[in-house]
Amino acid sequence: MKIRIVLNGKPAVIDTDPTRRLLDILRNDFKLTGVKEGCGEGECGACAVLIDGRLANSCIVPAGTVEGSEIVTIEGYRDTARYRALQDAFEEAGAVQCGFCTPGFIMAAEALLRENASPDEDDIRRALSGNLCRCTGYSMIVEAVKIASAGGKDLW
Amino acid sequence: MKKISRPARRNDVPLKTGGYARYISDLHFEGMLFAATYRSLRARAIIKSISIPHLPEGYCIVDHVLGLNRVKMLVNDQPFFAEERVNYIGEPILLVVGPDKEKIEYILSHIEVEYEDLEPVFTMEEAEKSGVIVYGTDNRITSYELLKGDPEGAFLSADETFEAEYETGLQEHVYIEPQGMVAVFENNRITVYGSMQCPYYIKRSLMQGLGWDAGRVRVVQTTTGGAFGGKEEYPSIIAGHAACAAIKTGRPVQIIFEREEDIRYTTKRHPSRIRIRSVSDSNGSVAAMDIDITLDGGAYAGLSSVVLQRAMFAATGVYDIPNVRVRGAVYATNTVPTGAFRGFGGPQAFFAVEMHMHELAERTGQNPLYFKMRHAVKNGGYTVTGGQMREEVKLQQMVQTLDRMSGYSKKYKAFQNTDPEKYRGVGLSLFFHGCAFTGSGEKDIIKANVKLKKYADGRVEILVSNVEMGQGPQTTLRKIVAEALEIPLDKVLYDNPDTDRVPDSGPTVASRTVVIVGFLLQEAAKKLKKRYDSAAELEVENEYEQPAYVQWDQNNFRGDAYPVYSWGVNAVEVEVDPVTLVATVKGIWGVYDVGTPIDEKIVRGQIEGGMVQGLGYASMEVMEGANGKMRQGTLTDYIIPTPVDFPEMKIKLIDNSYDFGPFGAKCAGELPFIGAAPAFASAVQHALGVPVRRIPVTPEYLMEVVDGEDTNCSQR
Repeated sequence: MKIRIVLNGKPAVIDTDPTRRLLDILRNDFKLTGVKEGCGEGECGACAVLIDGRLANSCIVPAGTVEGSEIVTIEGYRDTARYRALQDAFEEAGAVQCGFCTPGFIMAAEALLRENASPDEDDIRRALSGNLCRCTGYSMIVEAVKIASAGGKDLW
Repeated sequence: MKKISRPARRNDVPLKTGGYARYISDLHFEGMLFAATYRSLRARAIIKSISIPHLPEGYCIVDHVLGLNRVKMLVNDQPFFAEERVNYIGEPILLVVGPDKEKIEYILSHIEVEYEDLEPVFTMEEAEKSGVIVYGTDNRITSYELLKGDPEGAFLSADETFEAEYETGLQEHVYIEPQGMVAVFENNRITVYGSMQCPYYIKRSLMQGLGWDAGRVRVVQTTTGGAFGGKEEYPSIIAGHAACAAIKTGRPVQIIFEREEDIRYTTKRHPSRIRIRSVSDSNGSVAAMDIDITLDGGAYAGLSSVVLQRAMFAATGVYDIPNVRVRGAVYATNTVPTGAFRGFGGPQAFFAVEMHMHELAERTGQNPLYFKMRHAVKNGGYTVTGGQMREEVKLQQMVQTLDRMSGYSKKYKAFQNTDPEKYRGVGLSLFFHGCAFTGSGEKDIIKANVKLKKYADGRVEILVSNVEMGQGPQTTLRKIVAEALEIPLDKVLYDNPDTDRVPDSGPTVASRTVVIVGFLLQEAAKKLKKRYDSAAELEVENEYEQPAYVQWDQNNFRGDAYPVYSWGVNAVEVEVDPVTLVATVKGIWGVYDVGTPIDEKIVRGQIEGGMVQGLGYASMEVMEGANGKMRQGTLTDYIIPTPVDFPEMKIKLIDNSYDFGPFGAKCAGELPFIGAAPAFASAVQHALGVPVRRIPVTPEYLMEVVDGEDTNCSQR
């Protein structure tokens, strides 16, 4: 089946089995390895991407469902000013340890901030609750989103 | 704050946030094949026959090693591939190797093994009492006893004793990056790349499993997505498998675990059952303790004997009890082998002794904080192994600070006037972690060696076998060297270790990286500094020497079990719903002495992450076996903390410089895990007014306790 998408800003046509996981297409066919597989069952958020602006775990998205969608992975996001603000904030807050969950958290933070540029602590914790981190205990990640939000008012 | 403690930029952050960092599953090798493991479906059985379906071209089976079929550990008892018998559900029997993962799955699902079942044992109780022998002569992997003072005399003259039993459950590491390795066979040498803590453990296991000399085996760590002990000993098995497959096929072979495979079949934290009997003197002080520690080691010995030692050396907690007997045993069961996990026996022992001391205080109507402090070891006091506390013990200052921050004592009193709408409670824990290897391990077994290489352009490279797995040594070790050489941080290099390039500075375990390896690097940098300006290129090595004050008798467990200790005190406040008995954490406080912190931000990251992992262990992380099979196999049924489960915590660090640590640092990685469970459980106990003697403290368990059905019995 031919599936037309816009991937990281560029049109792409995938000729594939529509039941294949979007995660495998991104990692194997397009070599977008910033999208991580942590659990393969939609629990950990390491494979999170934006599909038409909404956060989704690409490991539980069948390819056939993304026809006509715009998909953004960390590779398509990391050259933006918003990403830069988030990277700086993650660094400042100490929000990165092993890093395997981090691209997913960055995408979750973007999904939150584009909806709500000034979230409070509860908003942030709820928005990140689909992402698991085993290193930080989360508070430093929550702090990072607060810093990005406060410093990046004009960005979101 | 001292200069060294000021946070530095972590140079791994941009690579990780941007998705540039390459973890093992991100690496592609030309012509790479995949391998997946066929595992035992029986807990204890003889393999009668194995039937393999027709294999399409390009697929093969790997079911044996070239050398000794034993993973190199303390005892050579665990095979890479099961031989005539299997000892737990999930034990590797063979690999299916080929180019397509789906076809590999198909072949795996059509393999048939005929078993002849043998009678298994599944629990510590069965291993101890059923009479079925599955390991050695009595199912005991190891057992020890240690004595301090005259416990027998103290118990003889006692009129009242208090005895209780404490239980802790299995825990899965859930590093977010699953286990994985790639092996490449080239020029008659094997190179294994992967996610790991201990490159030289893997190298030695490969040498044994292949029967090859050191020159033919190379191990390279790739960016590692968390480990927590789970990538200490287990990766040696995967590396052995991948290597055999690569040698057989002549192609690179990748093994990446599925999450379910990782949860069900890799090592876990040892479940424990700890019985403490104590007796008090006429002043109400604890005069003696008799402690019995039992751990479930699973099917093979692994690192269990050292886990037991660490548990025993922590058996009386931070308390200087004059008369003590500690007996410990690890039993084998036909379940997944348990192994290294942050804290390494300490969390189990501290849970038991802290709950025991809490209960003793409550029974005599005393504030646990004062009761505990009355027994706490002081400067010059003695550990359970009779080692003298030479360092300054700052517990008094730490507890006072904690009490001020958390309001523990006030709340302890106030919450006793129970509000019927919600039960409130506050809990406390005092704990330490002995830094680096237990006993004489650093001197007699590890013998760490580090190297610094100065290049002509003035840059200096750190060559050690210790790994960055998130805990920060790419920053902390570089800071130590840069500070010692008085050069900018960006002039110090530190790559993921490659055994072809780095000496064996030991494994990345036991909270030893900063205190042991960092100190060796600081000393090496001092030597290098003398010739830094005169020499263009230069290499300086430095080998571990035990500080002269350390005295340890490994045969009798007497003396300094550790060269130095890091300390912590925690308070946790909870609200328990009177109907559902769900405990919600309302406040978390911690005060820590890790010596002089090398980078406060990294230390805080260790503390916050460790405490949340410990709170998960205490409250929600349920893993249970049923007839040798794990009931939980996914992150849907094995629940770990998410961003909404615990509030922000308040942390304070107390500087306490250590002479034999780099810039005064001690250890920090495992310590923060240890105190969370007893602080949480004692808060729940305070809220409900019933003894809590088991973790995880689930609402189901609390209902049993409140209904009086359960104070001691096991549900495993």
